[in-house]
Amino acid sequence: MADVLAVPLHATHKHDASDNYLTNPRGLKSWLTTVDHKRIGIMYLWAILAAFLIGGVFALLVRIELLTPKTTIMSAETYNKMFSLHGAVMVFLFIIPSIPAALGNFALPLMLGAKDVAFPRLNLLSYYIYVVGAILGITAMVGGGIDTGWTFYTPYSSTTGGAVSLMTFAAFVLGFSSIFTGINFIATIHKLRAPGMTWYQMPLFCWSMYATAVIQVLATPVLGITLLLLIMERTFHIGIFDPKLGGDPVLFQHFFWFYSHPAVYIMIVPGMAIISELIPTFSKKSIFGYKAIGFSSIAIALLGFLVWGHHMFVAGQSQLASTLFSFLTFFVAIPSGVKVFNWLATMYRGSISLETPMLYAISFLLLFSIGGLTGLFLGMMSVDIHLHDTYFVVAHFHYVMMGGTVIAFLGGLHYWWPKMFGRMYNENLGRIACALIFVGFNATFLPQFVLGSRGMPRRYYNYLEQFQPLHQFSTFGSWILGLGLFMVAGNLLASLRKPYDAPRNPWGGRTFEWETQSPPITHNFDFDPVLKHGPYDYRPEKLPPRPGVLSPARPAGGHS
Amino acid sequence: MSESALTAPAPRAPEHSGHDSTLQHHFATHEQQFDASKIGMWLFLGTEILLFGGLFVGYGLMQAAHSEAFVAAHHHLDKRLGFLNTVVLLVSSWTMVMAVHSASKDRRKATVRYLIATLACAAIFLCVKYFEYGHKFHEGLLPGMYYSHKGDAVPNQFIFFSFYFMMTGLHALHILGGMVAMSWVLRKAVRGEFSSTWYTPVDLVGLYWHLVDLIWIYLFPLLYLIS
Repeated sequence: MADVLAVPLHATHKHDASDNYLTNPRGLKSWLTTVDHKRIGIMYLWAILAAFLIGGVFALLVRIELLTPKTTIMSAETYNKMFSLHGAVMVFLFIIPSIPAALGNFALPLMLGAKDVAFPRLNLLSYYIYVVGAILGITAMVGGGIDTGWTFYTPYSSTTGGAVSLMTFAAFVLGFSSIFTGINFIATIHKLRAPGMTWYQMPLFCWSMYATAVIQVLATPVLGITLLLLIMERTFHIGIFDPKLGGDPVLFQHFFWFYSHPAVYIMIVPGMAIISELIPTFSKKSIFGYKAIGFSSIAIALLGFLVWGHHMFVAGQSQLASTLFSFLTFFVAIPSGVKVFNWLATMYRGSISLETPMLYAISFLLLFSIGGLTGLFLGMMSVDIHLHDTYFVVAHFHYVMMGGTVIAFLGGLHYWWPKMFGRMYNENLGRIACALIFVGFNATFLPQFVLGSRGMPRRYYNYLEQFQPLHQFSTFGSWILGLGLFMVAGNLLASLRKPYDAPRNPWGGRTFEWETQSPPITHNFDFDPVLKHGPYDYRPEKLPPRPGVLSPARPAGGHS
Repeated sequence: MSESALTAPAPRAPEHSGHDSTLQHHFATHEQQFDASKIGMWLFLGTEILLFGGLFVGYGLMQAAHSEAFVAAHHHLDKRLGFLNTVVLLVSSWTMVMAVHSASKDRRKATVRYLIATLACAAIFLCVKYFEYGHKFHEGLLPGMYYSHKGDAVPNQFIFFSFYFMMTGLHALHILGGMVAMSWVLRKAVRGEFSSTWYTPVDLVGLYWHLVDLIWIYLFPLLYLIS
């Protein structure tokens, strides 16, 4: 009775589990040359998870080094490389493509009721560009490494040794992959919605993906040219960033953050996309403030282009510019707050069930709120002068990037896993892992707020004795976090050994992807999708006629 | 290059028999497919403008910082050759428009002729560029640390040539990319694959080509005509 919601909507179609996109056709070649958005999404998924593993190992090593105030396990130079590579791998190879390219590629066309994205071959090309970029990046890591941090600030980056040029070129190449995904999603959302689906009937996931795609298309080319200019500066000494040659090093920061601040929203808006799906589904209640959430995504995307200067309050920018940037930065809090309050209002008096994805969604609400609010501290100029380049900043953006995006990514991964692979994972293990991640994450990063406010600078290899207890606490936290993540991996991978056991709609979702079988057939739907109800329509009269569908007393963890 | 890949919808083996071979399976109608391709191309052109936009902003700031050096350096450029190239590209834009128009009217031979004319213009442009570059190389007017021109009255002219080579070089790469895409379209046109219901690749390559021309229209006064 656990799966009362899971009765297929189209029970007349006999579900032949072997006829699905994973196994039809078979063979490595059919995967490598596929233009199926679901397969490309899965290939992206494995690739970004590998990157996440590499970046995570770097992070654990960095934390181990910080166990003691002096040298612990590595030299200062190795340490610089470790944190640079951790940042570069996590940002360029993992977070940016994580939700759009892996989960979005899989889910977006399904949610729209489309057979594929608008440009399937461009989609595959984007994957291979990602692979080439990743190979270049790994080559750079092995052959020299970088010690500039992921931001490649000049003039240090234009003069230091190592494989900076190759790494920036890798990021340049990866940018194209991101642009192509963005172009694909915009065209898909414009042209391939199912008959009857207006803009306001799209799942909110699609609105946020649209906002993300707009940022990807508008911001990434500027990063591309910036990185090319940096490569040129390093190879030819063209004199644009190097002050010795008459250049302006702060110009690099302007260029860089003109992309990279919007890129922060490339990272967080997809996280919000997933949360907007999880909360109504597991509250069994229509989303509160649909349009407010949809337009707040667009507002974040646009405001994101106007705030880059808040990274340069102490870099010699004019007072007037700093004041304006500070002011605009506060504006970003408004659409973010609109979202958080709407999600909370959605949960209010809903029939909340605490399956693993919902636990991640609730974690997101807590962690993202902390991350977002501490962002306001940093957006205030007078406070930022004290906190700039301290662990407070490190804690802030980890609360947004990891506590926000990665937690949402894990929630989405657990949410769509049964759809992707046709198997249910162990629900209880999933919940325990989520709890470990939540505890481990807070143990890792809460102390860093304190460290930062007491003056511990970021990127330092050694530190004063007085900081040791908090650093150790943080390092122990990182081990709990790592354990939780390995549990997630074990739990999900173990489910793949089982036969197909996932129903069409394990969570009672109302969007199109839950109406097709798990895993879907190659052409997505064995019927022509036509919109008959809104994406979050949980009015009892609109639900399929099944007794107990809305019963909040669903037994916990009953998917075994 | 990436742009040739973007002009996506080439005919491929239909997965359902009975479908029009130029209509991909996930589109319901030709119109939907055409609109989607157009949206994709326009977005791509937007990214191109932003890519060059970064260089334009950098150029503007450096020119403001070293205005004397930039004025002095630009005298090394040959205005006549720059003007010639501008005319060549403008003509190529016209032939490209005519190619798209002919394709939309089912005039295969005219399409082929206009495409060849456009390709020829692109080749002339690159030839002229080749001679201009050769001249600069010979005089040591090179970017950054390779700048070795003797007897400059004003210092820092190497910055101008850094930008000159980056901007015209990136533009020339786009010309090359356009030539590749055009050859691909030309092959299809010769085979008679286009019709008034499906000539999307001609149209998209046309859009791209106009952008490449347009960028040159800005590069020419910016580099050759400053005072």
